Amino acid sequence: MRTRSVLLALLILILFWQVLAWIVHLDILPSPWEVGKAFIREMGRDLPAHFLASFWRVFASTLLAILISSPLGLILGQSKSLNKIFAPLIYLLYPIPKVVLIPVIVLFLGIGNVSKIFMIFLVLFFQILVLVRDQAAAIRPELLQSVLSLGAGRRALFRFVYLPASIPAILTALRQSVGTAVAVLYVAELFATQKGLGYYIYLKGSTLFDYPAMYAGVVAMSILGFGLYFVVDWLEKKLSPWQFAN
Amino acid sequence: MIKVQNLSFEYTGGQTVFQNFNWSVNQGEAWTILGPSGCGKSTLLSCLAGLRFPKAGQILVDEKPLTRPRPQTGLIIQDYGLLPWATVRENVSLGLDIRRFYGPDGKHAPLKSNVSENDVEKWLERLGLAEQAKKFPGQLSGGQRQRCAIARTLVLQPDILLMDEPFSSLDAPTRADLQNLVIELWQEHQLTMITVTHLIEEAAILGQKILLLKTPPNQETIVLDNPSFGRPGFQSDPTYLQICSELRGQIGS
Repeated sequence: MRTRSVLLALLILILFWQVLAWIVHLDILPSPWEVGKAFIREMGRDLPAHFLASFWRVFASTLLAILISSPLGLILGQSKSLNKIFAPLIYLLYPIPKVVLIPVIVLFLGIGNVSKIFMIFLVLFFQILVLVRDQAAAIRPELLQSVLSLGAGRRALFRFVYLPASIPAILTALRQSVGTAVAVLYVAELFATQKGLGYYIYLKGSTLFDYPAMYAGVVAMSILGFGLYFVVDWLEKKLSPWQFAN
Repeated sequence: MIKVQNLSFEYTGGQTVFQNFNWSVNQGEAWTILGPSGCGKSTLLSCLAGLRFPKAGQILVDEKPLTRPRPQTGLIIQDYGLLPWATVRENVSLGLDIRRFYGPDGKHAPLKSNVSENDVEKWLERLGLAEQAKKFPGQLSGGQRQRCAIARTLVLQPDILLMDEPFSSLDAPTRADLQNLVIELWQEHQLTMITVTHLIEEAAILGQKILLLKTPPNQETIVLDNPSFGRPGFQSDPTYLQICSELRGQIGS
């Protein structure tokens, strides 16, 4: 995506917001200007700490999901018999909206970071697992045979074929689930915590009725989501340049 | 160099493709395997590459039974088999990377080899790919992709070159160009070359000797000598036209 068109879209969005704020003319919808001022003010207070707490949770869960689900996806994609055993289980678990499990996870893993990280991990885990598995299974046998004929055994196939083939699948999975991950993070941070953007937004909006600060939290959460999306985009260009070559 | 002894091969469904089939290839010969679709020609080539194994019988290469792909045998397939995420240079050096990955173990890589990274550059130059070295396969024409596959195989200095319908998906001028190139390379590097094709003309162009396969099960070894092979201007040579017409007759019968 070109930077200019993204900036233009942002400008249109802010203008639309401004017009809506004029029309509605209520405290619960402050103008972007007011929110901007609140954002700068809150950046000098506790907003960065909440942002970092949320960022750490998303980062740790994403890393964990990549490290655990990619190898599993690669194994299932390579082994038809293993996939036959696990496919029905994944088929059943994949569509369950993981967010409904938050209370259960908090009961088991407590109110600390672990339960929140696990929650987001769960969302990403299935997405990456399924995409990497399908990508590995879709590698053409002719390609495998020609690499085998160059002397590759199972280990070299893994290193030179399956591993690089899985990178685009991991990035596609991340791109698809970044939005869901941030949404789940918000819900997870409403439960028994005093750090994180979810808690911050809820506190400012529903307890302190400081609406501009609440919106500053929403902006921070959007920046987090957009930032992750941007990183995935950047990684894709770095790690899979062949997909952009025409 | 290659001996196929009493080979029997069955597809998973139980269809017998080869039954007690025997065939031998001498070092430095250029063979083509010709036959209609489903006759087992690609299966035979996969067995020679050590990628599929017969139900009975054996294949000997240099008197040793073939139990896995040989590091000195090169295979080129119709759809090139290039890694889409690797550049032309990375694809050409893939075999070397795999050899480095295992080390000279005699199984995945030969115990002694004098192939080096410089050879990659040499082959890129030789096959006219130097300017495309940083491109990805998706950015190349069909002919360039197949040149890349040929470079990747020959950089490993194989003694046997197996090709499975290598030029089938290319247009006629590119195909003719690459056919001439492989004959040149065969002569330069004293390769033992076996090409599978379903095209009668290609069988006559690339094969000193032609192994004809028919509707399975193949039991009999039908071999035709091709005196027109390698002659300049062979297209108008009466022996070329004669062998083509003979092959046409044999396939039709």
